[in-house]
This record gives sequence, structure tokens and C-alpha cells, in this order.
Amino acid sequence: MDLNDSPEQAKYRAKVRAWLEEHRSEAPFGPYADEASEVAARRAWQGRLAEAGMAGVAWPVQFGGRGLGPVEHVILNQEILRAGVPNVLDVIGVGMLGPTIIAHGSGEQCNRYLGPLLHGDEIWCQLFSEPAAGSDLAGIQSRATLQADGTWSLSGQKVWTTNAHFAAHGMLLARTDPDVPKHKGLTMFIVPMDAPGVTVRPLRQVTGDPEFNEVFFDDVALDADAVCGPVGGGWGTALTTLMFERLVIGLGSEGMGYQAERYARAVAADAHASADPEVRRRLGEVAVELLAVKFGGYRILSALQQGQIPGPESGLAKITTVRAATDAGDLIADVMGPEALAAGEEWEQMISFLPGLKSAGGTEEILRNTVGERVLGLPPEPRLDKGIPFSELRAKERAAASS
Amino acid sequence: MNLELTDEQTFLREAARDAFSRVWTVAAARDALEDRSALPDLWPTACAAGWPGLLVSDDGGGAELSAFDAMLVMMEAGRVLAGVPLLGHLPASSLLDGGGFADIAAVAEGSARACFVPARPPGDVAGGWTVESSTGSMRTDAPVLGEDGVLSGRSCWVVDAPGADVLVVAAVRASDDSPVAVVVDGAAAGVSVEPAMRYDATRSLGHVTFSSVAGASVLDGAGAEEMAGAWYLAQALLAAESLGAVETALQMSVAYAKERFTFGRAIGSYQAIKHSLVEILRLRENAYSLCLYAGWAHEDGPAEFPLAASAARAAAGHALDYAGRAMISVHGGIGATWEHDAPLYFRRGQLSRRLLGGIGDATDRVAGELLSAV
Repeated sequence: MDLNDSPEQAKYRAKVRAWLEEHRSEAPFGPYADEASEVAARRAWQGRLAEAGMAGVAWPVQFGGRGLGPVEHVILNQEILRAGVPNVLDVIGVGMLGPTIIAHGSGEQCNRYLGPLLHGDEIWCQLFSEPAAGSDLAGIQSRATLQADGTWSLSGQKVWTTNAHFAAHGMLLARTDPDVPKHKGLTMFIVPMDAPGVTVRPLRQVTGDPEFNEVFFDDVALDADAVCGPVGGGWGTALTTLMFERLVIGLGSEGMGYQAERYARAVAADAHASADPEVRRRLGEVAVELLAVKFGGYRILSALQQGQIPGPESGLAKITTVRAATDAGDLIADVMGPEALAAGEEWEQMISFLPGLKSAGGTEEILRNTVGERVLGLPPEPRLDKGIPFSELRAKERAAASS
Repeated sequence: MNLELTDEQTFLREAARDAFSRVWTVAAARDALEDRSALPDLWPTACAAGWPGLLVSDDGGGAELSAFDAMLVMMEAGRVLAGVPLLGHLPASSLLDGGGFADIAAVAEGSARACFVPARPPGDVAGGWTVESSTGSMRTDAPVLGEDGVLSGRSCWVVDAPGADVLVVAAVRASDDSPVAVVVDGAAAGVSVEPAMRYDATRSLGHVTFSSVAGASVLDGAGAEEMAGAWYLAQALLAAESLGAVETALQMSVAYAKERFTFGRAIGSYQAIKHSLVEILRLRENAYSLCLYAGWAHEDGPAEFPLAASAARAAAGHALDYAGRAMISVHGGIGATWEHDAPLYFRRGQLSRRLLGGIGDATDRVAGELLSAV
């Protein structure tokens, strides 16, 4: 049982640490006058990281990466956290969408998009979820219609889109054939966010801050070469993105800030609460779960090192984290009273963020279904959508809802 | 970074699984509820496998393995509800080995079975070394070693005490209340072990009374740190044993959910059942991660061992409580009957979580360790 770096890993860590120490003064720390200046500063910093080989380390060398493994990726993240400097701005692009282009895109697409993506010159957003298709992603209704000249016309609505308001491109899943079963008629597109007919609107969360956007597409014209991966093969392309999403979440959990020590500090600040058996029991229960997630993260890392990819069971860590952090927020608000809910403060922010996080990247219920079926091998819930053309399915749904 | 089992650990685990498979331990757990003589004596099995000396140094005639190796054996014992008296023996053997006990070789080979008579180390709110009373939540003081070398006091619900040859007693000195490990012959004059069985027939418990026991020897090498270490080692071993039982509860429940049909569907296809089974898995994964944490800390991060062992104990105790109840529910009415094994796992969970300070004390210690580290 060994938590230490191998000699090669230790060497890599030392190299990264030395670079970060030397260049720390170039990193942006804010405060910023507005979001635009923050984005500009962080894009520039992403460029510095990319030049130094500290962005997309797991990307192939030919596309500007370092061809390293997930363990080096984690080491880099740990060192960036330790140095207290910001990581890349475009986590979604570098972690999920770039790798999707590498896996499914054409040579031209790789040459055109990957460099500017990695260096932060062009920010990307992920246009998958819709108001009526989240956990059941294959139920999306955005339509891309093939035109006589080989171009496409796109209409529909996407939601929960991080960074859409300053993104240059979006990776968008659209329905291109409604007359086949729902997983089959999908195609992935690369969409320029400044195209005529694209409208981005901020979507405010519980805190009142807009952390996401909704994006509308009204007869947006897309060139034939906007298709990423095969026409009608969009579901497979999307699964690649989602696999990388799991990896990003699995490798980045340490930085999420939901740590037992953080909540212990908050309780310790109140001497009366620190000696209250009920408070201590609740803190202890929260800490047990978060310590398990922390060590479970090492298990994932160890498995990666043996060449395994984190499976659906790593979704359990997300369930545990959200539950424990929710209980922690509840405990701290009980200890502090209404002051914990002061607008813009640490606990108000956390308490407001968690109810939404419970559904982010798949609801807790869907995660439990997935783990139950893929890990425990339990039979699936009966489905009414298998093998039915999407257009017919929609008609059935409408009829059922109105009866 | 490598948390995979080594080949030796895999072999140790497989050997333990194989050794237990030759005895009908689960059936015995049921029969023994009515007739305790139905319980097989697994000590010869343990001795043949070399488990009594798992934690004893090479010089002392042991295998000098790690706490996590011992936890792997406990997991296998827990899986089949085997009543093998290692929970009392292993922490005692560790104290005896570290304290320079003369006849350590007999302890390592198992011809002398040892038993740790534990005391709770002081916490960050409540001070003093305390032991269990026969009933009630009040903690009582640990047995006292007088300046004349005479041991007096009482410790209740001591795991594996009946029949032990050597008792390693966590006591305090009358002079200054400092902790001391006292070695007493189980058959010495003034020592009384009153066997107690509650709810889980596989668990051998005893109320141990020391009525002015003379001639006790003190383990010089064992101070407060070692005594606390033995307490937390016992927590980690009990955590591992509980985790093993959780795994059986999960496997049996999942298998049944696939083969039992209602309304034309396997019951495992219903979300209510599926989510409950996934909850067992979630609690199992968490408890296993914390057992790894405890195993790692015991070797490489001793300052974190109290936190890690307490967290593992709390997680595994809770997991088995949940799993035992879920196992009964998933099996429906039959799960709540004597016909089925589920009640035996439920019984194991209900008693285990209340031993050695209970999971409430372990949870409080997790909070205490974190609060005092701020």
C-alpha cells in the first residue's frame, strides 16, 4: 500500500512545481473590474500554461499536448492547487471537447480548432442538455435539417451551458433524423457562437448569480464541414465526451473544496458548538463520508495507474460528496444561525449551490440506476422508448400527457 | 500510488476464505442461538493458518504482517459470521510483542490465547481512561493498578475474554492515573470472567472482574500511545469484520433481486429496490476506502491512525446496520424469519455496532480529532 509518487512521477512533480514557482507572479489573481477582464486575464494565463506544456498534458504531442497519463494530470492539478494559481479557464474544452475532436473529428477540424482551444484563444462550450432532455440525453429535440446544397439549418434550445456567453465555438448534439429510434438519429456539430440566429441568455441560479446560460438557435446555417464524427453517429460521439467528463470530475474532485477539515474549522470557531455532542455527531458523520471520498479518490488514481478507466461506480463519490456537503451546510447554518445565509458569503454560496449540483451531470436517481445496472448487474427498468422512431415516440408522449 | 492488494495479500485472503469455507459457520451462528455448544471452535483453524502471530514480530515468532493484512483476515471472518477470537487476541498480541512479553512465542503460535481488555483513551472533551459498564451510558473508570502491584476493577462486554489464557488489561496507575498495560493470567486468583452472550451467538463476550489480583506484571514498553494504539487497532479490525458481513449481505440481496419476480418483473428492476442495493454498495465502497486509509495510516501515517480507524469503524458499523435491514427488506417476509440467513447478519450488525465504545463514540472521535487539529 503506497501513496507515494514513483521516481518518474516525483521527477515530474518537481519539474511542474519549479515552473509554477518561477512563473507564479505572472498568474492572474484578481480582483477584476468585470467578467470580461477576468476572462481576458485567465485566457492569457491558459496560454502561458499551454506554452509550458501544462495544459492538456494527456493530449497527444502532435496536437500540443504531452502525451502523458491521467496520473500526471492529477499531479499537475495538485501542484496548481498547491501553488494557489488558477488552472486553465476552459476546463470543458481542454478536458472534454478537445479530446472528443481528437477522437472523432476530421484532420481539418483537428488542425483548425485544437491549437486555439488549448491556448485559450478560443473558448468552447458544450451544447448537449435541453429543457426536456437532461438525464435522458438522447431525447433531445434540437433539429438540424440537411439543405439541398449540403449545408444544415439548426433550430432548437440548449440549457445549462457554462461559458456560452464568451465562447467562440460550441459542440452541439442535434437530431438529424426523427424517423429512426432516438439514439440513432443524432449528429454532433461544431457551431460558431457568433453565427446569425444564435442567442445566449444568462440563467440565474439559487444564489441569484448566473452560473449557466440558455442558448437559442433560430435557423442557424451550418456548413457541411461543421459535422463532427459520422452523420447519425452523434450518440457515440456524445458518449466519448461523457466518458471524458467522468474523467475530469474523477480527477478534479480534490479541488472542489468539500473537505472535512474545512467544516471542522467552521465548527471549531464556535467553542460552545465544539463541545456539543449533537454538533460533534453531525460533524463526525459528515467527516466520515468526506474522508471516504478523499481516500476513494486515491483508489481511483491507483486504478488509473494500473491502466483502468474509472467506471460508473465513481458516480457514487459524487452522490456521497453532495450529500455530505449538504449536511455540512445544514450543520453550519444551525450552528451560526441566520448569519450563515448572508448574501454572497461562503456558506450562503455553498448552501445555495448544492441543490442544483445534486442533479448536475445526471441526477442522483439516474446515477443510482446506472450503478445498479452496470456495476451490480441489476435488470433495467422497463422502457417504453426502445426501437420506436423518435417522431412516433414524441406523438405517444404528447397523447399520454393530454389524456 | 498503489492501493491494489499485493499477491501475498490476495493469497492471505484466499487462504482465509478457503479455511472458513470448510466449516458451516453461518448455520452454526443460527444453531448456537439455541445451543451454544453448536458453535465450532475456530481457534485451531486460526492457529493452523498462523493468524495468532500475524502482528507479532519475526523475532517473537510471528509473521510480522501489517494491520491491513490482519484486517483482510477479519473481512473474511465477517463474510461468513465466523466466531474466531482474533478481535481480542490481535491487539493483545501487538501490545505483548512491543512490551517484551517473555512468552511471546506461545502467543504467536496460539498455544496461549491472549485477550485485550480495552479502555477508551481520553477524548478532547471527556478525559480519563474508561471502560464499559454492564448497562447504561455512564462510563466507568478503567481498572486500577495499586502501588502494591495489585489490580482491581471491572470491565464489561470484553470481546473474546471467556477462556483466554492471557489477559492484557488497559488499566491506570493509582499513583498518577497514567495508563499501564497489565498482563494477568486468565486463571489467576481474583480474576473472574463471567461469559455473556447477547443477540449474536457467534460473539464471545465476558464481564471481567479483578478482585485484588496480585502478581500482575506490567508491560514496560506500553505507554499511553501504545494503549491508545491497541484501542484504535481493535476499532480497525472490527470495522473490517463488519465490512465483510456487508459484502455478503450485498451479494445475497443482489442475487435475490435478480431472481425474484413480482408483477412480471424481477424486483431488482424497481428503482426502490435498486436504489437501496446501490446504497449498500455506496456504504460498502466508503467503508472499504476508510479501511484502506486505516491500514495505510497504521504503517505510514500514525498521527492519522486514530482518525482513520475511528472513521472506518463508524462507516462500517453504519454500513452493516443499513445492509442488515435492507437485506431483510429485499427478501420480503421470508427475510425476517429464522429460515433465512438475513436475521443472523442483522444480529451481527446490531451487537457489533455497540461494542468497543460503539459507533457513536467512534463518530465523536472523528469530530474530536478534526476539531483539535484545527
